[in-house]
Amino acid sequence: MTLERKTRLIGLYLFLGFIACIFVLPILFMVMSSFKPDLQLLSDSSSLRAFLPVGDLGVDNYRDAFSRAPVGLFIFNSVFITATTLVLSLFLASIAAFSFVFIEWRGKTVVLAIIIATYILPFETVAVPLLLLVNNLPWLTAEGVTWGWLNSYQVQIVPWIIRALEIFLFVQYFRDLPRDLVESARVEGASWFQVYRRVVMPLSGPVIATVAILKFLEMYNNQFIWPIMVVQEEGLRPIMVGLLYFFQLNTAWGEIMAYLTIITVPVLAFYLVLQRAFIASIASTGVKG
Amino acid sequence: MQNRAGWLMAGPAFLLIAAFLIIPFFMAIGFSFTNQRLVSPNPTEWVGTANYERLFGIAVLTLEAERDEDGTVRTKDGEPVFPSLRSYTRNKDDHPEYYRKREWFSFGRGEDRRTFVLATDVVFLKAVRNTLFFVAVVAPLQATAALGLAMLINRKVRGINIFRTVYFMPVVISMVVVSMLWRFIYDGQNGLLNTVLDLLTFGWFEPVDWLGRTSTALPSIMAMSIWQGVGFHMIIWLSGLQTIPASLYEAARIEGASRWQTFRYVTWPGLRNTAILVMIIITMQAFTLYPQIAVMTGGGPLDSTQSIVFQMVERGYGKQDISGGSTISVFLFLFVLSISLLQRWLTREK
Repeated sequence: MTLERKTRLIGLYLFLGFIACIFVLPILFMVMSSFKPDLQLLSDSSSLRAFLPVGDLGVDNYRDAFSRAPVGLFIFNSVFITATTLVLSLFLASIAAFSFVFIEWRGKTVVLAIIIATYILPFETVAVPLLLLVNNLPWLTAEGVTWGWLNSYQVQIVPWIIRALEIFLFVQYFRDLPRDLVESARVEGASWFQVYRRVVMPLSGPVIATVAILKFLEMYNNQFIWPIMVVQEEGLRPIMVGLLYFFQLNTAWGEIMAYLTIITVPVLAFYLVLQRAFIASIASTGVKG
Repeated sequence: MQNRAGWLMAGPAFLLIAAFLIIPFFMAIGFSFTNQRLVSPNPTEWVGTANYERLFGIAVLTLEAERDEDGTVRTKDGEPVFPSLRSYTRNKDDHPEYYRKREWFSFGRGEDRRTFVLATDVVFLKAVRNTLFFVAVVAPLQATAALGLAMLINRKVRGINIFRTVYFMPVVISMVVVSMLWRFIYDGQNGLLNTVLDLLTFGWFEPVDWLGRTSTALPSIMAMSIWQGVGFHMIIWLSGLQTIPASLYEAARIEGASRWQTFRYVTWPGLRNTAILVMIIITMQAFTLYPQIAVMTGGGPLDSTQSIVFQMVERGYGKQDISGGSTISVFLFLFVLSISLLQRWLTREK
């Protein structure tokens, strides 16, 4: 390696590292601060100590955060809502896409076109009328039919199950599968559902991962505006809304940082382990036609 | 048989989309012409375009400065004095077109005249202006920064994947979390940003309360939004870059093309469709600006960070004014639709 090439390479790494700092330092600061008492947190923030694990470290902030708000419950709610939506979404989106790609039925081109068209409807544009709609929907409980979905789990799950993008990603993937597989299974007498379950789904690992990751990020990270509108009961709220507990008169930054760390670290860990799949799923949103 | 199986399998997904996206969308259009509220003892009434008129009611009023008896312009603190706007906006009989409007902004025309732009719903118009400003700044800046990063990491040197992983990291963090974290970073007293700028300039930098001033609040939110989202679009650019055949770069090198020429004649033409896609995605995301505002500023200071979606929630949920919120939804949808149509037009087959 020539000297010139070497210096240029070092320059490149320095530049890459500088940019990396811009992305890492705020996150590092969040994690470090969550272990510091408030007073030290504030004084450290006037120097580079803000990013270092120095001084009087401890888990007091975590303890205080748990005692200020029902953090465990918020985490449970988010995990429950995310997991339920995820499973239902994967099932209903893939089986619908299967029907669109492999089965001939009257009206399917129109139905698929309508579904794809809803891609340009951001949730925000329907949130307000949906609030009125869910307030007047029935739900079956053990005691019979109740009216109004406000303050419930289903109001946070059912409207979110399906989005056009998920069906579209499955449709795109299924179109590239060899049709002979499906046809020969049909000739052998398999029902459509058996073909879906035994032939097509076992081949769909990559697209399942893609949709699962996108749905996970949407449900775990971005559930904020809607639960604020439809859930006032604290025991049913998800983690992002739980953050509102920490907007008090005297903001306790240590506790806030602890709370932010609790809800962020699992996602970051997921991402670091599965980063190829995460990045592939984001890239696949870009191949939209 | 085929028909039944097909409908059975596609039916549930279609029903959900119809019930929770398509029907509410048409409800929004319907409600925008009524006075629907979430709960109300009175029956809902058809009000025609009144909701739209209230949102967009604008009137322009040019006033002459007050003069003393000798004809000189009366001034106060060096500024000419104008007749009170209230005499116009509170006088239904003489000036119905100004009735109940408020000043949005005004500009002077010469020594003794001033034009006032009055609006029925000043806050909403500010929200529209802020949102457009946000989109107009964030979309091109974020797209350019993302392209820069994509080109930076689209090379074969050891360890480059680590940098890709790091640049993408904020994308998997919730915007709600990011907004809360950056509230501390932007803080005027203990904020990290002030600390870092102070260190970089060796103490020359005067601390700024970034979110507390009308001039810096929205730009601060823009910078943070770009920080969070740039990795997302970097990945989309990167997959576009990787579709460009290496042989083209090889040819450019043999021809002795400069770096800029290589970018201009090889890279950029190969990215045309990616470019349009990136712009569309960023624009649509930027139009629905909400969590940053809700967590960081609540629309303030002095409405300088109001956004369309924030106003929509304030009315539809906060005031339980379903019709007012729906009207804003319809307006937002028309915005997003025009962007998608623009995309169609730009990517049309030539």
